[in-house]
Amino acid sequence: MNRVLFSGLLAASMFLHGGASAQEKPAELKIGITTFTSGAASVFGVPAKAAAEMLIEDINKAGGIGGVKVTPIFIDEGIGGDKLLSEYRRVVQEQGVRTMLASISSGNCNTLAPVAEDLKVLNIMWDCGTEKILENKRYKYVVRTQANATTEMVATVLYLLKVRPDFKTIAVVNQDYAWGRDSAEIVLNTLKVLRPDVKVVAEMFPKVGASDFSTEISRLQALRPDVVLNTSWGGDLDTFVRQAGQRGLFKPTTTFVMPLIESSLERLGDAVPAGIIAGARGDHYWAHPETVNDAAHKDFVTRFRARTKSYPIYPAYHMAQALVGLKAGYEGALKANGGKWPAPEQVAQAMRSNKFKAYGRELSMREDGQSLEAQLLGVTKRDPKYPFAVIDKMVLVPAELVTPPVGQMSLEWIKGLRPDMARLLGTEQFKTHDFK
Amino acid sequence: MDASLIVLALMDGASYAALLFVVALGLTLIFGVMRILNIAHGSLYAWGGYFAATLGLAITRFGLPSWLALPALFLAAIVIGSLLASVLEFTLLRRILDKDPILQLLVTFAAFMVLEDLQRLIWGVQPVFVSEVVNQFGTLEVAGVTYTRYQLLVLPAVAIAALIGLRWFLGRTAIGRQVTAVTHSREVAIAMGVNAQRVTWLTIALGGVLGALGGALASPTTSFTPGIGADMLVLSFAVVATAGLGQIGGAAIAALMIGMARSFSVYLLPEIEVLVPYLIMVAVLLVRPEGLFSSVAARRI
Repeated sequence: MNRVLFSGLLAASMFLHGGASAQEKPAELKIGITTFTSGAASVFGVPAKAAAEMLIEDINKAGGIGGVKVTPIFIDEGIGGDKLLSEYRRVVQEQGVRTMLASISSGNCNTLAPVAEDLKVLNIMWDCGTEKILENKRYKYVVRTQANATTEMVATVLYLLKVRPDFKTIAVVNQDYAWGRDSAEIVLNTLKVLRPDVKVVAEMFPKVGASDFSTEISRLQALRPDVVLNTSWGGDLDTFVRQAGQRGLFKPTTTFVMPLIESSLERLGDAVPAGIIAGARGDHYWAHPETVNDAAHKDFVTRFRARTKSYPIYPAYHMAQALVGLKAGYEGALKANGGKWPAPEQVAQAMRSNKFKAYGRELSMREDGQSLEAQLLGVTKRDPKYPFAVIDKMVLVPAELVTPPVGQMSLEWIKGLRPDMARLLGTEQFKTHDFK
Repeated sequence: MDASLIVLALMDGASYAALLFVVALGLTLIFGVMRILNIAHGSLYAWGGYFAATLGLAITRFGLPSWLALPALFLAAIVIGSLLASVLEFTLLRRILDKDPILQLLVTFAAFMVLEDLQRLIWGVQPVFVSEVVNQFGTLEVAGVTYTRYQLLVLPAVAIAALIGLRWFLGRTAIGRQVTAVTHSREVAIAMGVNAQRVTWLTIALGGVLGALGGALASPTTSFTPGIGADMLVLSFAVVATAGLGQIGGAAIAALMIGMARSFSVYLLPEIEVLVPYLIMVAVLLVRPEGLFSSVAARRI
């Protein structure tokens, strides 16, 4: 206990010393990055880590950030909440890291955001989706460089209403943990406002890591709902799609909505039928209709494939957004600081009024630290050129339409949505782009 | 819930129970003979599944005849199960036979973690899946719902064959009777001239093959990911504890109970699906702490 107290005091004194004032340019900019390199979520963490390594090499080749070389320090999120927390503290307090990218899991973001605030380090929530963190509390040091769950799910509902306006019944098969529950809640609440006549015929929450969805599939076959929502990911989603395919569940009468399936498409190969509503948790896809021919994006995809033997999936893009956003933030803060090296809160402050572009549309950040990111949604299609399904009929749902304004809580904002929002679906904003 | 839904729930429960039973059988067999709760059994499940998937991929890649897919599952289980279990037995299990149960638990748990990491080194972290076999068997329709023949016919058939085969082996063959003798009393069996060490090794290998077989049979319908072994281990432990440690027939009934209860809960009360196996286990253990089927043990002294 004494040692903990002591190191805490030591750290506190360090911050008192170095805190708010501008500092000397460091020899290197150390960035702590939490990502899953073990456990089921390593399907996200491993590609994201590869993207981070690649992009940081690029940044360093081009002279670093403000002339300072970037050195990443990776922490495995798979070690569990408590250990992650102590690793996070260790990296900050013992290695002197003042810039953290954390994390993939919303649970971990919940744990780490207040800690970052205490330790006075800049924390970019680079992948987690929970909208609650930035809505429930005002943070000084915590920002998010992608959309949140509300944006993602409300956009998904709008796309569903565009593709299948006439549906009457919906069933949910989500994972039994925070994301599965929260995403179902947002979708069903949005439907309650936009389509109050839709009946929810089943809400099933199999456990995370379930290996058998046989009963769920039987029940869906017996119920024959018009729409099935499944927000799961990784092995769980793969297993569900395979078992559903084997059991003949994919019929044209049922529309499947899988907001995270972009991250499974290549792995699942020909197991994914055409006609599934597919999402990518944001405005990114290797065949993004607006950036597919951009030199920078093309180069990213080519080199990522050479490095990992796979197409980049959304966590790799989220990592790119975080690093581009961070770089823009540092550069903005350097400028504001008259060229002197900025303190973490100055960077956090600069990031809040930032606009930056990775490989999708430009993102803009708000004063609450939340980014406005458009949402790419589409429908799966088989293309003979690829051994896996691709996303077709893509719509880029504008973030402003589907994100609660600063200071509003998601669920209240959703309750105040206007049912005539659906008339927007035919407008230019919801124009569909074919896969090319 | 009408009659057709009850039929559906029964069938889903049975196919799930079949898989669970095969894995639990291996766990309970090893416990019966060694009195060691082998946590590393979960790894055997995972390795069996991964190895079966590797063989399945190899069949496609080298253009071998596709009917090999089903035999390849059994081959994978036998190879990986006996190999891994033998390594465990020679290096660890035989050395901790008369140690404190807590220590035994810790040692097998350590082995489990080592194997889990090795598995990540070999097969990586991306989900692995090969479903050729399921497609070969095709589907059939019951009450308007499509099932795969694999889950409805093949899995239960294998489970029943494993149950009958094991009972026959333990009751009717000379070596099986030696296993039974060692289960009852190691010391007396040794005094009667049974080579207890060989019998133990054989049992462990057999238990390992059963664990790996569970994984191999699951591989055509499930994505194998890191952590899958732990899940199956916990569930099969629930089966074994409900039945009573070392009870073979009991494990079949406990697996059926848990499988059925789970599938009924998906229809009636999906909220508690995850909890159901453990609710059953707790309910049974409250009434019968020894498990459903274990006979009262005679005092040794």
